[in-house]
Amino acid sequence: MLAYIVRRLLYAVPILIGVNLLTFALFFVVNTPDQMARVQLGDRYVSEVAIQEWKVQRGYDKPLLFNTAHEGPAAVTETIFFEKSLSLFALDFGKSDAGRNIAADIEQRMWPSLAVALPTFAIGIAVNIAFALFVVMFRASLFDTGAMILCVALMSISGVFYVIAGQFFFAKEWNLVPVSGYLSGVDAWRFLLLPVIIGVISGIGGGTRLYRTLFLEEANKDYVRTARAKGVSELTVLFRHILPNGMIPILTSVVVVIPSLFMGSLLVESFFGIPGLGSYTLEAIQAQDFAIVRSMVFLGSVLYIIGLLLTDISYTLVDPRVRLS
Amino acid sequence: MKIRESFIGIALMLSTAFWVTGCSDQAWNNPHPAEDAGKNILYSNFSGPPKHLDPVISYSADEGRFIDQIYDPPLQYHYLKRPFELEANTLTALPEIVYRNADEQPVSAEAEDLAYSDYYFDIKPGIYYQPHPALALNDDGEPYYAFETAAEASQYSALSDFAQTGTRELVAADYTYQIRRLADPTLLSPIRGLLAQYIQGMTEFAEPAKEARAAQQDGEWLDLRTIEFDGIEVIDRYRFRVRLKGKYPQFSYWLAFHFFAPVPPEADRFYSMPGMNDRNITLDWYPIGTGPYMMTKNDPNEAIVLERNPNYRDDFYPAEGEPADRAAGLLDDAGQALPFIDKVVYRLEKESIPLWSKFLQGYYDRSGVASDSFDQAISIDAEGIALSDDMRDRGIKLDIAVMPGTYYFGFNMLDEVVGDTGTVEERERKRLLRHAIAIAYDQEEYISIFYNGRGETGMSPIPPGIFGYQQGEEGVNTSVFDWVNGKPVRKSIDYAKELMARAGYPDGRNAETGEPLVLNFDTTVSSSGGASHDWLIKKMKQLGIQLNIRGSDYNRFKEKMKTGNAQLFQWGWLADYPDAENFLFLLYGPNGQVVTQGAGVNSSNYDNPRYNELFREMKLMENSPERMAIIREMIDITQHDMPWASTFHPHSYVLNNAWVYNSKPHGISKAVLKYMRIDPEQRSAMQESSNRPVLGPLLLVALLVIVLALPGYVGYRRRLNHRVNTVGRQR
Repeated sequence: MLAYIVRRLLYAVPILIGVNLLTFALFFVVNTPDQMARVQLGDRYVSEVAIQEWKVQRGYDKPLLFNTAHEGPAAVTETIFFEKSLSLFALDFGKSDAGRNIAADIEQRMWPSLAVALPTFAIGIAVNIAFALFVVMFRASLFDTGAMILCVALMSISGVFYVIAGQFFFAKEWNLVPVSGYLSGVDAWRFLLLPVIIGVISGIGGGTRLYRTLFLEEANKDYVRTARAKGVSELTVLFRHILPNGMIPILTSVVVVIPSLFMGSLLVESFFGIPGLGSYTLEAIQAQDFAIVRSMVFLGSVLYIIGLLLTDISYTLVDPRVRLS
Repeated sequence: MKIRESFIGIALMLSTAFWVTGCSDQAWNNPHPAEDAGKNILYSNFSGPPKHLDPVISYSADEGRFIDQIYDPPLQYHYLKRPFELEANTLTALPEIVYRNADEQPVSAEAEDLAYSDYYFDIKPGIYYQPHPALALNDDGEPYYAFETAAEASQYSALSDFAQTGTRELVAADYTYQIRRLADPTLLSPIRGLLAQYIQGMTEFAEPAKEARAAQQDGEWLDLRTIEFDGIEVIDRYRFRVRLKGKYPQFSYWLAFHFFAPVPPEADRFYSMPGMNDRNITLDWYPIGTGPYMMTKNDPNEAIVLERNPNYRDDFYPAEGEPADRAAGLLDDAGQALPFIDKVVYRLEKESIPLWSKFLQGYYDRSGVASDSFDQAISIDAEGIALSDDMRDRGIKLDIAVMPGTYYFGFNMLDEVVGDTGTVEERERKRLLRHAIAIAYDQEEYISIFYNGRGETGMSPIPPGIFGYQQGEEGVNTSVFDWVNGKPVRKSIDYAKELMARAGYPDGRNAETGEPLVLNFDTTVSSSGGASHDWLIKKMKQLGIQLNIRGSDYNRFKEKMKTGNAQLFQWGWLADYPDAENFLFLLYGPNGQVVTQGAGVNSSNYDNPRYNELFREMKLMENSPERMAIIREMIDITQHDMPWASTFHPHSYVLNNAWVYNSKPHGISKAVLKYMRIDPEQRSAMQESSNRPVLGPLLLVALLVIVLALPGYVGYRRRLNHRVNTVGRQR
């Protein structure tokens, strides 16, 4: 398995270079270093001299990809792309174009994101699986049809609606939780309750439908029929037989997102005032802060690759027939 | 069994959590910590993280609302008096100005051989800095914190982690040190280029400063006092002098900006220590000042907290104001020591809906009026604009003020179709075309539809409250309005069509070719722009003009403006200082966007030699009837040439909860927090009475879940029983 993991990690290197190159190209097609300087320095009284100084200080005075002023390797290394990209592979994110240490910012903002995302993720899976199993138990009945209609309805409603309605009823009309905000430490739970509930409810529709399909497939297999024939109770059939065997496809969709959880959710964090990473990249794009954009895209890619690797490894844990080689 | 136990466990946990919250006096939906209840804390918000808090770099209102409470520039604006009036802040009096000729001999302000203006500053003794680790000293009188390696800084992640703090008296050298920082090109102060035109020696300071920076090692401090700067001089502990080249009356206004606030060299040394920058511990993040407040928390992703500076000097609430101020209760606190509020907590609120909800719940003390809550907050009837009944019942108060700003619909005067180009006849025809468009652009309707009536049509670039603004018939723009029954009435569309015909576009078609006139409106793409664009197209259609909306991202738009490729556009300006010069320079030729490669503020690229000449003359004058006459002539020129089709001056609406006192909008200064007062007891009583938890709906939800689950459970039991019975019968 170790060889497999090493090989997968080596595959990741060209992928990450490609992602970096693509991010770089897309960013600089839209923005030029001059424009970035103007955004950072403001609209008023900004002179050409100040713009040039800003570029020199942050290394944006060099050519983008190829430096004709140099020969040999320096023609490639003395460029914005090389200088801004190489350090990322050592997970050295450097400083934002506004002068802040990016790693320190990420470290600070990932915890509130995790505080919302982890419980939403864990409770969401538990609720979706439980609800899906419950529906499977009454498959092909009126209850099943009703539940599926409800799921489609839940899926059809915009996420913003859940948030606004939740805030209106739970926080504004019934005064049960704060409308928004965040306090670190034990007080945080008061602020997390509503976003987590909303996150779970808004995910029930899609999650339940997916898991129901997976469980139904298992429910029709011979070993389930045999278990029932042996007189095993329905709850035991569902939780001891169908659930573990239905977990393999579930893992595919679940494990891959675990590492990305700390990247946060833009919608939930914006509306609930959670000081997480959800809006970090978007704010950076708006501020034309390339240093943050490239760091966050790189980090997202790394986490996705790790997620895929973990998914593969988890197969071997839940299904002894799977071997990684 | 395990599943059932888990559910019971979760239910117990939630009940306990609610019970614990319920046991405290605090309302369940209170977003503030329970221990802060009833304290003298003002709660406010911000929508995005401030970019810069360093007083030489920061230049936005969103940043000024924080640092202007901390930094103490030499001058400040009187809080209550209008028109805006400068007064001494940390000085004993307004700076003494001595004009000199090239031989250093004093001359009069009007002297033709005037070469320099010397500003003499005299600081009040006994002003002390906030407690700060940069000023902490050890027993030997040396800095307590003096790191030699980055590793020494690794244990600190915020300024509050430094246990030792110190203070010292404010001295003249701190002000001159800040002027050196302004002149340092590596710090990228936005106004360095502007001030370098006036402050003697500022341009010359740049090169050696840059060289010294280049020679620095990482983590090494550059003491800017070691670099020669002949325009500034420390006379003694409390006095210093700044020399300007020539005369620049607007310099006094800049002295009320945080750009000129003192920064102790010790702070510069402290933040330059190895490893500090890597920990994001910088002056750009943690200000140090002598003002009424100090920043004790800077987490712009969550909250920014200002607390009363324990070393703040004697400072008192003003005893004079406008005539209406006494009746409004704004002089009730006259002579009281400032500041009134102990702590200010700004919380991040990106969305307007939660912000508005929390304001109504009493968890924010003040709020603006967003468009989606406008109808709930404001009622408009025949008597004008007022608070809605709901707001009045809550005791909420509304502050309305005209902002010292101007938004305008402009023409690019370099454009071949609408600009001031070509032969004399062509230029006249283009002027008539601009004139016709100005009439068709119904500014009053635009304000009413897209700003909920929050603004007033402008007759010139100068907004109300600024010297040069003229009210009534005297100030009316006669090119666009007629004065009828004591009020301005926009000229008719028929008249505008007549102008179109004279311009060579009868019915919107080129009289020679018959081609329809197509104009381009350049704008940035935004989701809210659609309706206003449709409105604009409709207005131009009245003249037969086909308007093409050219939307682009902000970068492209700026590029078009910089290169002179825009045609029609909207732009705006909020004053730096309350002087006509700060508005009339928006049309001063040498400030053109194209000639300055994007650095200028004249977006229309308007360039009228007479106007430019008058501007240069007006700029150097004190406010006087002569100056007013020049301003009037300048306005007449612009109303004739019409580089802008229309202007309007926006209104600011601020809502204050019933327990907020001394609120008076000040369009220029942000350093107004020290005057505000709140009644925390009144606030607590309101919060308690109007935020009691409503548990009925929760019980209803629980009941609903049971009702829905019950058929499932019954069905499940029936299924189990059904199978057993069937097997029994088969046997």
